[in-house]
Amino acid sequence: MDYVIIGNGTAAVACIEGIRSEDASGSIALISSENRHCYGRPLISYLLSGAIKAENADYRPRDFYQNNGVKTYLGKTVSRIAPNEKRVYLSDGASLEYGKLLIATGSRPFVPPMEGLESVKDRFTFMTFDDMEKLSRVLSPEKSALIIGAGLIGLKCAEGMYGSVKSITVVDMADRILPSVLNSDCSAMMQAMLSAKGINFILNDSAAKFEKNSVTLKSGKKLTFDILVTAVGVRPETSLAAEAGIEVDRGIVVNAKSETNIPDIYAAGDCSEGYDMSTGTKRVLAILPNAYMQGKCAGVNMAGGVSSFMNAVPLNAVGFFGWHVLTAGCYEGEAFEERTATTYKKLFVKEGRLVGFILLNDIQRAGIYTSLIREKTPLSEVDFELLKNAPQLLAFSKQARAAKLTRKV
Amino acid sequence: MKRIYVNESRCIGCRLCEWECVFANSGLDAMFKLKDLAAENFAPRIRVEGGEKAELNFAVNCRHCEKAICVQSCIAGALSKTGEGMVVIDDKKCVGCFTCVLVCPFGAIMPRADGKAAQKCMLCTDNIKGEPNCVKYCPNGAIVFEER
Ligand SMILES: Cc1cc2nc3c(=O)[nH]c(=O)nc-3n(C[C@H](O)[C@H](O)[C@H](O)COP(=O)(O)OP(=O)(O)OC[C@H]3O[C@@H](n4cnc5c(N)ncnc54)[C@H](O)[C@@H]3O)c2cc1C
Repeated sequence: MDYVIIGNGTAAVACIEGIRSEDASGSIALISSENRHCYGRPLISYLLSGAIKAENADYRPRDFYQNNGVKTYLGKTVSRIAPNEKRVYLSDGASLEYGKLLIATGSRPFVPPMEGLESVKDRFTFMTFDDMEKLSRVLSPEKSALIIGAGLIGLKCAEGMYGSVKSITVVDMADRILPSVLNSDCSAMMQAMLSAKGINFILNDSAAKFEKNSVTLKSGKKLTFDILVTAVGVRPETSLAAEAGIEVDRGIVVNAKSETNIPDIYAAGDCSEGYDMSTGTKRVLAILPNAYMQGKCAGVNMAGGVSSFMNAVPLNAVGFFGWHVLTAGCYEGEAFEERTATTYKKLFVKEGRLVGFILLNDIQRAGIYTSLIREKTPLSEVDFELLKNAPQLLAFSKQARAAKLTRKV
Repeated sequence: MKRIYVNESRCIGCRLCEWECVFANSGLDAMFKLKDLAAENFAPRIRVEGGEKAELNFAVNCRHCEKAICVQSCIAGALSKTGEGMVVIDDKKCVGCFTCVLVCPFGAIMPRADGKAAQKCMLCTDNIKGEPNCVKYCPNGAIVFEER
C-alpha cells in the first residue's frame, strides 16, 4: 500500500482528502478498531437525546471510501508498527506494508483509579458511538445518573440523557464547571442555567470509593445512583507510537508538516501535539477542527505536496439547552468585559493583538474575532472600538475589506 | 464559479437585499406578507453593515471560500463543497453547535431563526428563486453575481 492510515476519525478522513488533492491514484488502506462508517464523534450526545438520527451522523457520505479508492479494514486493531520493515501488524495476525503511514488514533478516555469502580454494574465512558448505544439501552425514567467530570464530554452527556432519567448529578474536583473552557464568571452563569434545569452539581469534590450503586466522596458525602458515567478527561492514544520508538511527549511529537521523528510516519489529530499559536506553545489540542487541519496537512505532505500547519487556535463551541458559548485563544492580557443577565462577552488583548475571547449567547459573527487571533492582526490596523462593540468588517481598512469582499477568497 | 461580490461605493444601506433574502427563503408569495414576522425571526443570510444613513454601507454574505474553514471545522460533516465550489449546509445533519460561526472570518454564517441549526447563503439554489435574489433586486448594482 502506498498509504496506510490508522484510525477512522476526522484526522483520517482529512488525510484521505489531503492525499487525493495531490495523488489521484495511489493505493490507500485505512484500519480502524471501530467497526463503523466515519461519524462525527461530537454527535454522540445528540444521538443519545434523539436530536439527530443515526443516518444523519455520517461524517462523510457512505460512498466516501469507495469514491476515494480507499480499502477499509474496519473493526481491526493495529497492534504494532514496525518502522524498520515499514509494516503495521493487526491484532488478527495480518500485516500491511506502507509507503507512508498516518497515525490518527485519537484519544482514549482517562479513568483515574477509583476504589471499588469494578463493583459498579452500569458504568460507562462517553467517547464512541458504541458507548452511546450501550448507555442509551440502560436509560429509563426511574433511574438516577451520576457523572464524574463536569467538562465538555460529561456535560454533553448530561444534556444527552436529560429527560430520559429521573435525575442527573455531576461531580467535579474543580471549583467550577467546564474548567478548561470557561473562566469562573461565565462558568457560574452556565452552571446557574443548568441547575435551573434540574441538573445537580457537586464541585470541589471527587469520588473516593464506589460500592455497587453508591459512592462516597472525598468530602464524606454519600450518593446512590443507577448509572455511572466517568468523563474525567481524555488522553492521547499514543501507545502504538511509543512502542515503535516514535517520540512522544504528551502527544505524539510532530513538526509543522505533521511528520514524526521517524521517516514516512506522520501523526495527526487528538493523538498528536499541535502548535497553539495563541500561546506559542506545543500542546495537544483535542478538538475536531484541529484534527481536520492537521490530518489534511499530513495527507498533502504524504502525497508529495507541500503543506504546513502552524496556526492552530484553541476553539470551543459548546451549547446546552439553547445557551451557546464560543471561545477561542487564551485568556491572558488586558480584558474587556460586558455582561447582561444572560449574555457575557470578554475579549483578551495582549501586545496589541487580540489573543482570546469568551462569548456567551452573543455569538453572531464571532469568527471575525477568531480570524484576528489566527492572523495575528495588529489592533492598530483595525478600529478596535467598533470591534469591541460587535464583530464587523467595517472595522477593517478599505483595502483589507476589498480583499475580503471584492475578490475570490 | 460565479460568486457574489459587493461594491461599497454603490451601497446606500437600504437593506432591501436582507428583505429579498428573507423573502426568497420564506416560501411566501409576496414580500409584504413578511410584515408580521417578529423582529427576532428576521434572519437574513446576507447582512448589511453600517447603520441607517451611515457614511459607509456594504452587504456581506457567504464568500464560498476555496479553502472553506467552516467546512474543515464542521463537527458533523454538515457543511460541504459542491463540485462547482459552492459551500452548502445539510440542515438534517447540523446540530447547531456553531463552530462554523466561530471560525468564519467574514461573519457570514449564522444561527437560523429558531437557533437549532446554522444557515448560510447558497446563492438561492435552495429555494424557488434559483438565482441570487439579493443581486436581482439590488436597485444600485451594489451586489453582483459574477465570475472573478
Ligand atoms: C462527546 C464528545 C463531544 C465532543 N465535542 C466536540 C466539539 O463540540 N467540538 C470539537 O471540536 N471537538 C469535540 N470533541 C472532540 C473531537 O471529537 C475530537 O477532537 C476528534 O474526534 C478527534 O479526531 P481524531 O481523528 O484525532 O480521533 P478520533 O475521532 O478519536 O478517531 C480515532 C480513531 O482511531 C481508532 N484507533 C485507535 N487506536 C487504534 C488502533 N490501534 N488500531 C486501529 N484503530 C485505532 C479509534 O477506534 C478511532 O476510531 C468531542 C468529543 C467527544 C467524545
